[in-house]
Amino acid sequence: AFFWLVSLLLSSLIWFIAVKASDPRDEPLQKGLLIFGVMFSVLLQEAFRFLYYKLLRKAIEGLVALSEDGCSPISIQQMAYVAGVGFGLMSGAFSMINLLADALGPGTVGIHGDSQLYFLTSAFMTMVLIFLHTFWGILFFHGCEHQRWWEIMAVVVMHLAVSGSTFCNPLYVGSLVPSYLLMAAAAAWAYLLSGGSAHNLRRFLLCKS
Amino acid sequence: MTELSAHLPQFQHGQLTENFPDNHLSNTNDNSERRRHDNSERRRNDNPESETNGQPQNIQQVVEQDEEEDEELTLKYGAKHVIMLFVPVTLCMVVVVATIKSVSFYTRKDGQLIYTPFTEETETVGQRALNSILNAAIMISVIIVMTILLVVLYKYRCYKVIHGWLIISSLLLLFFFSFIYLGEVFKTYNVAMDYITVALIIWNFGVVGMICIHWKGPLRLQQAYLIMISALMALVFIKYLPEWTAWLILAVISVYDLIAVLCPKGPLRMLVETAQERNETLFPALIYSSTMIWLVNMAEEDPEAQRKASKSSTYPKQAPANQPQNEDAEADDGGFSQEWQQQRDNRIGPIESTPESRAAVQALPSNSQTSEDPEERGVKLGLGDFIFYSVLVGKASATASGDWNTTLACFVAILIGLCLTLLLLAIFKKALPALPISITFGLVFYFATDNLVQPFMDQLAFHQFYI
Repeated sequence: AFFWLVSLLLSSLIWFIAVKASDPRDEPLQKGLLIFGVMFSVLLQEAFRFLYYKLLRKAIEGLVALSEDGCSPISIQQMAYVAGVGFGLMSGAFSMINLLADALGPGTVGIHGDSQLYFLTSAFMTMVLIFLHTFWGILFFHGCEHQRWWEIMAVVVMHLAVSGSTFCNPLYVGSLVPSYLLMAAAAAWAYLLSGGSAHNLRRFLLCKS
Repeated sequence: MTELSAHLPQFQHGQLTENFPDNHLSNTNDNSERRRHDNSERRRNDNPESETNGQPQNIQQVVEQDEEEDEELTLKYGAKHVIMLFVPVTLCMVVVVATIKSVSFYTRKDGQLIYTPFTEETETVGQRALNSILNAAIMISVIIVMTILLVVLYKYRCYKVIHGWLIISSLLLLFFFSFIYLGEVFKTYNVAMDYITVALIIWNFGVVGMICIHWKGPLRLQQAYLIMISALMALVFIKYLPEWTAWLILAVISVYDLIAVLCPKGPLRMLVETAQERNETLFPALIYSSTMIWLVNMAEEDPEAQRKASKSSTYPKQAPANQPQNEDAEADDGGFSQEWQQQRDNRIGPIESTPESRAAVQALPSNSQTSEDPEERGVKLGLGDFIFYSVLVGKASATASGDWNTTLACFVAILIGLCLTLLLLAIFKKALPALPISITFGLVFYFATDNLVQPFMDQLAFHQFYI
């Protein structure tokens, strides 16, 4: 969560500088700058995920060296999951919490002609992003562990795609549908990488011991 | 009355101590005994005969294994300590933020403390800056003077004065401030209440609080009360300190904390060292401890005499007599830490702490063997730390334009700072200032989030872009 926060800080710093250096009345320019800010932020987030992976690697080495039986009490997969959840929760919290605070007060959604589904779609989008961050964490760490650069590139590309799809808002079908499809794909991939299989899934669902 | 209230914070300063067995000698003894019970150690010993002959070799191996075992233990228990401190700090912050958000009393400007005489409602920015610097300077000097006074009193064993001071301060906090707090909460939610009920509630709350904090009480209740009085104090600060003054004070006090705890002549360091020399616990009214503290006044009992007395009694009685104290300590292993069990095993042979043995022991007359350190594995955090963390987060939630984002960012920053501080504590194993790292992170994140991230997130939310 902390690492995500730092990446957000740096990316907003860049955006802020860009905005201050530009003309505030030029609407398309501002929107363009915002888009640039978003893309840059995505790249920074992934960079910080990588840095976090490096840090955790060092921590695991330390734990292994000091443990009695030569293996660390927490595995890298668990750490990947936790890292993903941390990123996701922080990103979700920052996206939603002001909305939720405002939702407590009186008001009408979309009274000025904006979409009436604002809160609903925000909630769904945030949820899908949190899930995605979790899965991306697992995929990313797995790729770093096994030196498969294409997995890492896939995560980055997926993130860019999801963020990019939100540029279609308020045409929600353009952003929500692809995001959910990508989430299903990422979920399946992460599940397979974590050692799951269709067989395991069937056994779990049928509650066999 | 505001005078007395401000007395409290200057000696509730950030210090973090961890109680490892004080006596280094006893540490190595225990470790060498522990070695025999620990299988992995035997594997590391190439020839088992070295235990019986070759003493110098032994000692060297013992020393090396001491360090490794210490590190192992610190890492194993380090994570637990971090969680044990996260929960109270989070609770305190949550209480403060919830109050600030709902009760408008604490965000209304109703004057200032006499410690900050310069107003911030000035015409020019320069004037305001100057006033806030002066305010901060006055406040800090008051704090320094009070801390030095406390250390001097402690050194010259004027315990009565210190206790009287502490009792008056906690009386004020528990009765007066909580009365005001309750009154404001009732006003906010428009709850009708009569004086008799309020008197009953406040009386009970206050008296139980005084007993728990200054004498004995259930650990959870004591912790809860300490959290509550920290939150009350933090709310007072948030209400009565003007903006720039508050931020400046936070910054300066973390620098002061660093100096006071780490410099050899720093007052807080002298306080901790004197307490350790005299083998006493620091005042429970000022420190949040995550495990049981049974003693308030160890100065009256002579620890040396007690240890000798305990050794003269029969061995089986000695260790079981320690059991009643440690029973409340942690819920695992029937109340005994792993280290403690090994120590006990080594001294008297393995005894299982079964319910029957415990019942038998409780039937024995308990001689107060309180000199054996009951708080073996606890981590202690000064109440001043709680207060200043909560002040930071509370001010962030009260006055930030980014509102919840800023609050959340400061919260995460403070917790990460606390983590790092505990890590350093595990490495250095002596009293450390808990304020600097957390407050620095908190301040950086506050100003950064409020000015940089807030506009960015606003724009993103407006267009519904997601990053």
